[in-house]
Amino acid sequence: MAAVDTDILEEPVTESGKGYWSGVGARLMRDPVTLICMAVILLLILSAIFAPYLGLADPYKGSMIARLKPIGTPGHILGTDEQGRDMLVRLIYGGRLTLFIGLTPVVLAFFIGGTLGIVAGYAGGWVNTVIMRTVDVFFAFPSVLLAIAISGALGAGIVNSLVSLTIVFIPPITRVSEAVTSGVRALDYIDAARASGANALTVIRVHVIGNVLSPIFVYATSLTSVCMILAAGLSFLGIGVRPPEPEWGLMLNTLRSAIYVNPWLSALPGMMIFVTSLCLNLLSDGVRSAMNVRD
Amino acid sequence: MFSYFLRRVILMLPVAFGVSVICFLLVQIAPGDPLTAIMPVDATADEQAAMRAIYGLDKPLPVQYAIWIGNLAQGDMGKSIATGRPVAGEVFGAVQNSLLLAASAAVIAFPIGIFLGFLAGYFRDTLLDRAVTAISIAGVSVPNYWLGIVLVIIFSVNLGWLPSMGAGPGGSQDWSWDWLHIRHLVLPAVTLAVVPIGIVARTVRALAGDLLTQDFVLALYAKGMSRGDVLRHVARNAAATALSVMGLQLGYLLGGSILIETVFNWPGSGFLLSNAIFQRDLPLLQGTILVLALFFVGMNLIVDVAQAAIDPRIKRS
Amino acid sequence: MSVTNPLPDGLADKGGPAQPLLIVRNLQKYFPVRGGILGGKKALVQAVDGVSFEVKKGETLGIVGESGCGKSTTARLLIGLIDKDKGEIIYDGQDLGGTLSLRDLRRGVQMVFQDSYASLNPRLTIEESIAFGARIQGLSDPVGRARRLMERVGLAPDRFAQRYPHEVSGGQRQRINIARALAMSPRLVVLDEAVSALDKSVEAQVLNLLADLRAEFGLTYIFISHDLNVVRYISDRILVMYLGEVVEIAPVDQIWSSQAHPYTRSLFSAMPSMDPDNRTMEPPLAGDPPNPINPPSGCRFHTRCRFAETVCKAKVPTLRPLSVGSEHLAACHLHDLGSGHSKAGKDVLA
Repeated sequence: MAAVDTDILEEPVTESGKGYWSGVGARLMRDPVTLICMAVILLLILSAIFAPYLGLADPYKGSMIARLKPIGTPGHILGTDEQGRDMLVRLIYGGRLTLFIGLTPVVLAFFIGGTLGIVAGYAGGWVNTVIMRTVDVFFAFPSVLLAIAISGALGAGIVNSLVSLTIVFIPPITRVSEAVTSGVRALDYIDAARASGANALTVIRVHVIGNVLSPIFVYATSLTSVCMILAAGLSFLGIGVRPPEPEWGLMLNTLRSAIYVNPWLSALPGMMIFVTSLCLNLLSDGVRSAMNVRD
Repeated sequence: MFSYFLRRVILMLPVAFGVSVICFLLVQIAPGDPLTAIMPVDATADEQAAMRAIYGLDKPLPVQYAIWIGNLAQGDMGKSIATGRPVAGEVFGAVQNSLLLAASAAVIAFPIGIFLGFLAGYFRDTLLDRAVTAISIAGVSVPNYWLGIVLVIIFSVNLGWLPSMGAGPGGSQDWSWDWLHIRHLVLPAVTLAVVPIGIVARTVRALAGDLLTQDFVLALYAKGMSRGDVLRHVARNAAATALSVMGLQLGYLLGGSILIETVFNWPGSGFLLSNAIFQRDLPLLQGTILVLALFFVGMNLIVDVAQAAIDPRIKRS
Repeated sequence: MSVTNPLPDGLADKGGPAQPLLIVRNLQKYFPVRGGILGGKKALVQAVDGVSFEVKKGETLGIVGESGCGKSTTARLLIGLIDKDKGEIIYDGQDLGGTLSLRDLRRGVQMVFQDSYASLNPRLTIEESIAFGARIQGLSDPVGRARRLMERVGLAPDRFAQRYPHEVSGGQRQRINIARALAMSPRLVVLDEAVSALDKSVEAQVLNLLADLRAEFGLTYIFISHDLNVVRYISDRILVMYLGEVVEIAPVDQIWSSQAHPYTRSLFSAMPSMDPDNRTMEPPLAGDPPNPINPPSGCRFHTRCRFAETVCKAKVPTLRPLSVGSEHLAACHLHDLGSGHSKAGKDVLA
């Protein structure tokens, strides 16, 4: 009795068998700028992780007689800082803290803000009102101001920087996550899932998360560059990492005094922040277009 | 229009309340006792308790908040611990300087950003478009405190054209519109303008690109309208969104000037803030942040209302 | 036919054949509209207002009406996707919220939605989508059940099971949605504009499939559509809604030959005819339906009705049989001799 339907013989709309992620991967492979940025970021992360095993000089050990050597000095290819410590070594070690403090808050905010937004977007009603109105209040602060306010009140230190930056990035991620979730929540497949008797947690786990995660993730990656600039900015202001730790923002701060002695040397740490943040932005743009997420 | 304005104002009130709560809590999350800065080291327990009572620190938090808000309503933001002067006076003087800097940066950034963005949107997918896109990505990626230092290296250290510090000759605090003062404004204003140039260019590019491909634009060409007139139509359609982005950027400029002011020793709110942080001058920190945040809230309100005035669709939604 | 019946553990019949499978009494749902300066509750949209009907075991009840008349809200209320404000839903003699839990109701009642794409999770394979409900309800062998149902709705499991919704056509997707609804072994399936978005040729195939499935599994359908021809094809009885209220219910042949309510009448006369000798002579219904936030007093149709009189504005007509014992019910003063309408009892519509 199985009817032969022309409809069934119809060819599928797109090639079957290929998953979504393999398409994303293929598109990424055709994008040289994104690949280069990915390589730079990877290199920075790897050198940050393996810095102690590269046989580099001690980043804390200075020399009174070898202070502020210019770029190109034999033995100190990128010169030395105001305490005679090798710049190249300090810059490599500096990436550890800068990247750690620059990226961790976005990861934490992704989990916290993402969860809050999904809960608010799925539950709606008063739960949504409470969460989103609180988020609105934080939006009244420009991010730089909020980060400096919290860090300024808490005082310097790595943990305090992480806390203040995480607080800064939870509201925007929550907002995006809520918007995306509300959109998905209104689709019929959520109603169909509810109609099959599944409870809210199951519906969220099986039907919501998979469909909201990638836009939230893409949005979060677009925040990494800002977060890194802010993190280094806090150290630059003296309310982030404490000396003598090598950290790019802090190095930029301490080298400011040398601006008339050896100007370009003092700009090097900032250069590192710029290159990293540029690569993060380009990488995030590339991933976004590879994933076909619209602005 | 008026009822829309009223609704926006009423919606703003809970946000302003929240902002005040956060500013109030800033002092609470600060480690240590707010009094340690002014209390003699050898103060006895009784003296400490007396001091607490004077400042109202012995009362429960909601009561402290109510007292604080009550004082705020009378324009009393407390006294700076470092200087002993009223916080309100210090903050408003500094905010004026910050506004000058932010407005100058906006005057530089917005026309350039709009021009670049429009070029890129109009000549989509050409070399020009790619160049503008590269500039705007670089603009939003650059740590502006570092850019400030680089500009100082070029224009102050190497070329000696422009001063690197302060708001006037000899650390003068009184602003006037002469070259002696304006030359102090150039570098910080340009530095501050870079990020909004990138953001405005990006926004305008997307807007112009989207609008130019829409059916109504085709229809305008089809009925024989000249290129210039069509562009006028497009510009009017883009105005509301562009305006809101720029309004928000103006607010961000004020908040974002903190780092730049530190780089250039510009006597604005950011400079004040970093001094307050280093002297653990919590009333000053609290007051500065409250004023800046409320300014930003007000800015949002103005943007919303102006946007609704331009674009009738917004009022109805 | 090698397809095994996937409904061995369907909910057992409780009330016997005479008990209607579904009784709806006075169902009501108002949606708040927010607005005003404080964004508080400003008004209520009376989406569904006092709807009552019965669905007998094994029959198909068609629900028709303009968009916005409350058809879809009624459907969603029936399956508990939105909470009712008032009224009773009695499934096979058991009262929802009383002796029957929402979870059990959802074993017995399932739904197929209009938008075949939006009603499938794009990140799940077809097999996973169909098996999900059975898995949730703890039915045995959800995947095997899903594959058998795919076979039954005409999608070869070997070809389609591992595909994603965007990889199949609209008609195929709607077959998947039907299989998904059947995977729960329901006795009542609510089809909310289930074929409306399909091409005409595909629509016919899916309609045939629905008819076959009904016979094979002994299903009862509530079939919601704005297309009278489609409703006629599949339904035993037709219910007409206007602005959140039921205006007429009748067996399909009776309503097709004579419509009792002026609104039903204008719906039918607006139907394009394929016969050039049978042109639409009556003027079509003028204007849009009134705002459901502030519906007209009395009979809600009086603002657009050719026969409206003062009584129609003053008094709400009740849904009553045209004659004693008739299965044809209408809510119109024209059919109520005691209503005070000057043309009551006269055959003005014919």
